[in-house]
Amino acid sequence: MEFSTQELIPVLPEITLLVMASVVLLVDLFAPGKERVGTYTTSMLALALTALVSVYSYQGEQLVFAGHHQSDGLSLVLKLAMVIAVAVVFLYGRGYLAVRGLLNGEFFTLSLFGLLGMMIIASAGSLLSLYLGLETLSLSLYALVGFDRRSVASSEAAIKYFILGALASGVLLYGISILYGVTGTIQTAAMQMEIQAVLTSAGQYQMLLGLGVVFVVVGAAFKLGAAPFHMWLPDIYEGSPTAVTNYLGTASKLAAIALVLRLFADVLQPLIHQWQPMLMLLAVASLAVGNIIAIAQTNFKRMLAYSAISHMGFVLLGVLVGTGAGYSASLFYMITYAITGLAAFGLIMLLSRLGFEAENLVDFKGLAQRSPLMGLVVLLVMFSMAGVPPTVGFFAKLAVIDAVIEQGFAWIAVVAVLFSVIGAFYYLRVVKLVFFDGVEDPSPLVSSWDERFVLVLNGLFVLVLGLFPGKLLEICNQVFTGL
Amino acid sequence: MVTLADFLVLSAILFAISALGIFINRKNLIVLLMCVELMLLAVNTNFLAFSYFLGDLHGQIFVFFVLTVAAAESSIGLAIIVLLMRNRGSINVQDIHELNG
Repeated sequence: MEFSTQELIPVLPEITLLVMASVVLLVDLFAPGKERVGTYTTSMLALALTALVSVYSYQGEQLVFAGHHQSDGLSLVLKLAMVIAVAVVFLYGRGYLAVRGLLNGEFFTLSLFGLLGMMIIASAGSLLSLYLGLETLSLSLYALVGFDRRSVASSEAAIKYFILGALASGVLLYGISILYGVTGTIQTAAMQMEIQAVLTSAGQYQMLLGLGVVFVVVGAAFKLGAAPFHMWLPDIYEGSPTAVTNYLGTASKLAAIALVLRLFADVLQPLIHQWQPMLMLLAVASLAVGNIIAIAQTNFKRMLAYSAISHMGFVLLGVLVGTGAGYSASLFYMITYAITGLAAFGLIMLLSRLGFEAENLVDFKGLAQRSPLMGLVVLLVMFSMAGVPPTVGFFAKLAVIDAVIEQGFAWIAVVAVLFSVIGAFYYLRVVKLVFFDGVEDPSPLVSSWDERFVLVLNGLFVLVLGLFPGKLLEICNQVFTGL
Repeated sequence: MVTLADFLVLSAILFAISALGIFINRKNLIVLLMCVELMLLAVNTNFLAFSYFLGDLHGQIFVFFVLTVAAAESSIGLAIIVLLMRNRGSINVQDIHELNG
């Protein structure tokens, strides 16, 4: 097989990130100190470089490395979103971890290697690179969750995440092996054509294909955290250090949507009649479980975990439609959810101090009196998650429901809206605590200016994107116009 | 003559044993780790059988990668178990109840 150096250009973002992550490892060795200024600066530089290289090395759709690496609009948009999300995670996380003596270089390097895995998933051209990207991400995440070595909760969360994550990878891989057996290829494009051929030839292989699809759907649902495969999510969110929860809840969700879109839109599109009912079940179950159980939570991180499950329900709604409009609505939903989630976890970190975690709902009482700006951010974030206009969450839900109705699934749209109304209760309860309850804990809020600045910016971004959603919607649509 | 179906049944049995092991096992985390490894080996059996009967090398290359990943995965799993042992002094599955999930 011929190989030309031209093929390296679409892979440049990954190469840049890999090289820079290794540089961060080295820099961390020679720049000790509690604040880790050197490591932090190099990591941010690595992210900026990766983003720049992703934009400037992009040359339209390309399939390189014998079809294992695919560079297209979807991968470009997702990569940029992932890089920005990780940069914001670093920004919020640095002060939080430094105060607790947890700011080791490993946080930065593991996050960067995890990001590398996400980017490989985003531009996977074959199921092999998809699996390897997924494992690169998962292995980094297992270590990150158990990052707080002295905390029992952190190590328990790590072992739970490890066992269930490994089980999910195994199930997904079993599905992939069956798909390989039926089609005889691991390339996504070739596999899609082979599946089409098998479907038209009406042989005994169709049954086997169905079996493979079941395993792939279960594995993907585990990774996405959709009900009934959601049991691990609240424990992991609660147990891991909040900086890592932020990474898990935002950046790695972008990787999950990349995985789902690559699997269902690229490979399994011809089998839509088999996976559509399964995703429907998952979506409705996620909406119900997430929104109803979240009401009973008193821990803010656990509440956000159940809220994440319900949001995954919405994302799956967009995917199960199986049209370009549905996929782009899901992509838009996930990107805007990641932006909102960053602000939500950022709030917890900024309100916490040494020896005190602002992770219970009562810790938010009277926040608006202690800091009006933070109160405003809570308001915007909760409104966006509940889907109140003019925040961006409204348009995300609107786009998904629009796509669902267009395909004639009106009853699902009704179910989704009903559960959103139930969900609005626990989001608005937080707003009530912040604005209408008295202050219980009058201690001053300590956070550095850059964190507060980014938090307010992040909150305002949720509002501005809601006022002007056109540009991002258009980008998400363009990604799938070829479909 | 061993046919493709025989291999598939073998791998399905291995897969079922490992999945059951993960769900039924209420004793030791090391056993859970072994079940995870067994699951990946079941997948490998599948890939090898398909690869041999299709006359296509991709499956065997996939197996190499899966084996490598499995090694990395078990090393991280063992590291987490050591961490848990230090913090709790026990690696019994029943003792993991700090997070009520």
